[in-house]
Amino acid sequence: MNKAETEWGDLMRAANRGDAAAYNRLLAELVPVLRSVARRGLVRAGLAVTDAEDIVQETLLAVHLKRQTWDETLPFTPWLRAVARNKLIDAMRRRGRRTFVPIDDFVDALASDAEEPVVVPAKLDEHLQNLPEGQRNVVTAISLNGASIREVATRLNMSEGAVRVAHHRGLAALASKFGIVRS
Amino acid sequence: MNTDDLIRGLTADLTVSRTSLERLFCYALLPGLFVALILFAAILGPRPDFVAMMGDARFMFKFVVTLSLGACSALLVWRLARPGAPTQMRAAALGLVVLVLVAGVAVELATVPRSLWAARLVGQNSVVCLLSIPLFALPILVFAILALRRGAPERPVLAGSVAGLFAGAIGAAIYAAHCPDDSPLFVACWYGLAIAGVAAVGGIAGRLSLRW
Repeated sequence: MNKAETEWGDLMRAANRGDAAAYNRLLAELVPVLRSVARRGLVRAGLAVTDAEDIVQETLLAVHLKRQTWDETLPFTPWLRAVARNKLIDAMRRRGRRTFVPIDDFVDALASDAEEPVVVPAKLDEHLQNLPEGQRNVVTAISLNGASIREVATRLNMSEGAVRVAHHRGLAALASKFGIVRS
Repeated sequence: MNTDDLIRGLTADLTVSRTSLERLFCYALLPGLFVALILFAAILGPRPDFVAMMGDARFMFKFVVTLSLGACSALLVWRLARPGAPTQMRAAALGLVVLVLVAGVAVELATVPRSLWAARLVGQNSVVCLLSIPLFALPILVFAILALRRGAPERPVLAGSVAGLFAGAIGAAIYAAHCPDDSPLFVACWYGLAIAGVAAVGGIAGRLSLRW
């Protein structure tokens, strides 16, 4: 717990200063934890575990888009837990559950069922198809094909700044397409 | 798109942000405050004896209460916009402001003869008070909610309400410069009602627009 706490906090601080490698490592380390949390939540609510990866991806998008709301002087795990809980509750509500999901067993999730096979999610691809063409092309090239910003700029004959903006807007639009529940 | 692809995409989108959330909130307050002050100058203006009253304890008490309410609400709402951040101390500070108001009311009741209580409570201008405070608070609330959308409040209704409390308190501080009623009895009752109304509007706005 404490190890993860310090390590994640350090990685996030480094990311806030522009260290992409640290950021990449942090996100990769969060995935098994978020996956386990999502699965447990779904099981507890009696829902299909196959949706877990959608929730993981939605949470990662929220972590990314809201990372500024983590105060560097405060511990990282409570922030992550609150973000994950918010996204889990959202997902449950969309599936018609209104139960509150406690996430106390947050970090012991790490060790347990992280190695189960991952169901490839459908939602994100669906949302991706609904993006405006420019954003879709940029997000696809960077995320799916692993192109760099510069390569995409050359290929699509755009400036690097414009690629960055389109990519960011595309990601933000993906996050919002998961839908905000108004109950 | 599998999760590894998404992480690659998110990493490529990493940028260094120069402005902290708090500074952003401060910037967002300026336009709302500006509009509120323009409205104040155009519609009411300060009371004629404003400068002469600067030493008056009751007159000053209105500013002490409203401005400290505004400051404590702002500090609390900043925390509410950050997931998992502790809020107890700041909520307690807000409670302290209410205690100060209660103390002011107690002193007023102790020093003013019972026969004057009703007149002090009703005052001369309660309708103007009830209309003006929300009017000045509204532009401040709009910009505060817009700024909060950059945050990630876990409890959108609560965050919206505290933003409303903040806007209402600042609106009340502006109105206090015009208000001819200085008794803490009047302040507790009518200012309180007006601010509570703005807080309720803030709560609704939070519910509608602060989900993330």
